Amino acid sequence: MNKTAEYRFNFMAFRKKAMFLSVVLILVSLGSLFSRGLNLGIDFTGGNLVQLEFGSPVEVGEVRDVLAGVGQGKAVIQAYSDKGVIIRMKADEEDARRDVLEALKAKYDSVQVLRFEKVGPVVGDQLRKEAFIALGLALVGILIYITVRFQFRFAVVSVLALLHDSIITLGIFSIMGREISVTFIAAILTIVGYSLNDTIVVLDRVRENWKHLRGWGIDGLFNVSVNQTLSRTINTSLTTFLPVLAFYIWGGPVLANFSFALMIGIIVGTYSSIYVASSILDEWFTKSPVKQ
Amino acid sequence: MLRKDRWRLTLVAVVVIAALASVFPIKGRINLGLDLKGGAHIVLQAKGTEENPLTGDSVERLLAVLRNRVDQYGVSEPLIQREGQDRVIVDLPGVENPEQALELIGKTALLEFRQVVQATSALPPRAQRENYDSDEEYQAAVSRWNKVKTDRDDLESRLRSEASSEAGAVVGSDEAGRIYLLGPVYVGGKDLKDAKATYDNLGRPVVSLEFNDDGAKLFDSATAENVGSQIAIVLDGMVVSAPVVQERISGGAAQISGRFTPEEARNLAIMLRAGALPVPVEVLENRSVGPTLGADSINSGLKAGLIGCALVILFMLLYYRILGIAADIALSVTILILFALLISFKATLTLPGIAGIILTIGMAVDGNILIFERIKEEYRDGKTPFASLDSGFKKAFKTILDANVTTLIAAAVLYYFGSGPIRGFALTLAFGIVASVFSAVLVTRVLLQVMVSHNSIPSLARRK
Repeated sequence: MNKTAEYRFNFMAFRKKAMFLSVVLILVSLGSLFSRGLNLGIDFTGGNLVQLEFGSPVEVGEVRDVLAGVGQGKAVIQAYSDKGVIIRMKADEEDARRDVLEALKAKYDSVQVLRFEKVGPVVGDQLRKEAFIALGLALVGILIYITVRFQFRFAVVSVLALLHDSIITLGIFSIMGREISVTFIAAILTIVGYSLNDTIVVLDRVRENWKHLRGWGIDGLFNVSVNQTLSRTINTSLTTFLPVLAFYIWGGPVLANFSFALMIGIIVGTYSSIYVASSILDEWFTKSPVKQ
Repeated sequence: MLRKDRWRLTLVAVVVIAALASVFPIKGRINLGLDLKGGAHIVLQAKGTEENPLTGDSVERLLAVLRNRVDQYGVSEPLIQREGQDRVIVDLPGVENPEQALELIGKTALLEFRQVVQATSALPPRAQRENYDSDEEYQAAVSRWNKVKTDRDDLESRLRSEASSEAGAVVGSDEAGRIYLLGPVYVGGKDLKDAKATYDNLGRPVVSLEFNDDGAKLFDSATAENVGSQIAIVLDGMVVSAPVVQERISGGAAQISGRFTPEEARNLAIMLRAGALPVPVEVLENRSVGPTLGADSINSGLKAGLIGCALVILFMLLYYRILGIAADIALSVTILILFALLISFKATLTLPGIAGIILTIGMAVDGNILIFERIKEEYRDGKTPFASLDSGFKKAFKTILDANVTTLIAAAVLYYFGSGPIRGFALTLAFGIVASVFSAVLVTRVLLQVMVSHNSIPSLARRK
């Protein structure tokens, strides 16, 4: 077969720069996660959420004034259209919601309650615990599967790549102050699945091209494999991104955060499948080659 | 056609026909979640008290009470189930007024027999215009009624101030609008053993009560004190009935007579039995979605789904040309199978579930993309169309399997550890993966075989 590796883009030449960029992104994300934290929604903290639709356009400021009148001035008010708002209160008592609704009904006679949610703090605690167990178990399961199908090193870099993707997605949510709800866990786990899917396609190629290792060298092996899977990576990212984008624009306010998380995850995941896993593996095999 | 191809074609045809049969007509076949059809999802935590510790039996009876209350409220297809040791989930589809539903559910069934210190008369019904000959007479009647109402309101506030100054006294009201000043509790619901709707010797419906030993003693002394006056039966702060005590009742059995219909007697007996077990409950979680928002969510989800689908179909056509047609047909089959699976597993479609479907649309063509890219590669390497197809599929299959099993692991974990909406999402995602792998590996293959036999592949994937 070919003595020299043929490829269009020399991705591995930039692997140190890419790794540096990833480390910076992760540090910024972790920094924000530790200093600012996440804007946990009522699913986790407990509290009340009310989604309202008014008969005519309203100003968020006016709504806030009404809420301040019943001692809920700290509530988060988010307008998703000129007539619709979502109000989130950290207070989880029934009374808090009732007061707010009565006050709003007194001021605007055409206000309509579309949805309300009340979550007690116990449930929130439990959810947080469940979320961590779920993430941990998913990671372990995936690690085992990849170790069996590939090699342990491949499993480690896949997990690093998906941690990279989830940390950066969480970091972006932390920096933007976007709210984290139960469905966000689903989004993160989907990103995990997606990121892996992407990484595995590249690693699969590496596994297949492994027989050319002597001729191509480590860099060549990774460059050829990434290049060979490049059009697939880009096309799949696009076909996954397009429907999620459609959902973000037309899917309504309830899952807007969910689709937003997926969009970030897809972008970061595409980058990481080209760079993160293969760069680390390249570096790893260069520094400590395995005996063939 | 090779034997293998014929076998594949048959399998695809069987699956597609079976899926079509289970999906059409689609109307009413898919279970919609509460977030899509509107309704209330309430999670209650039963809390034992010192006198009434929480037992398996008390939770079972709590379920019975809740079922009874929900039935009375008239919700169709409610779901009331126990979760774990001490939790109860109540799903009320289509409830227009979730606040009211919550009142009904969240209230503690608390039964008390109390002394009646004072009671107002019933509030007469408001004057109706059609009952009077002239406007003047009607106006007079209205003002008479208003006066009665004001008097009663005055009396009520007086009773309330008396109640607040006296220990153990409360104010209660009944359905007819009577206001009662109630004295101390004689007997509580925990001392009631049973309540049954029966008939007295004149054939009138009555409710017969049976107390336990403690209750019998307490009831005996209470009736002894109150011969000729009323004892109120108070359930959840409402005076259900305030019968006049005819005689001292010992032995722990009593009868409430009144002008009951058999139905009312039965309901009262149920409520008393319900009240006989006051396990306080706390609302842990309450999610309610109005029917309008639910319908909106379906519409916007559908719209987003169709647009997303159209974009993917268009992309595949533009980029892969004739191969794209195969991918688009395979995508339609994926969606068809996905819905067939959802319907046959009686899965509940939730809003996150719709998101799962939309995500599936995007990921479903991944298998096709992997296959097409491989086929093109093989073809560029100089293989014949048929050989490219065959080795392209073989090589892509391993990748598709590995890539999808990991997503399936994530979906399985989500399903086992998630609750409610997350489960819906995980299920649609998992079904989506199964359906898309089937379509990519079998449907696309069959379609491409047909295309190759018509010699249409070479014109698509140019050799370098």
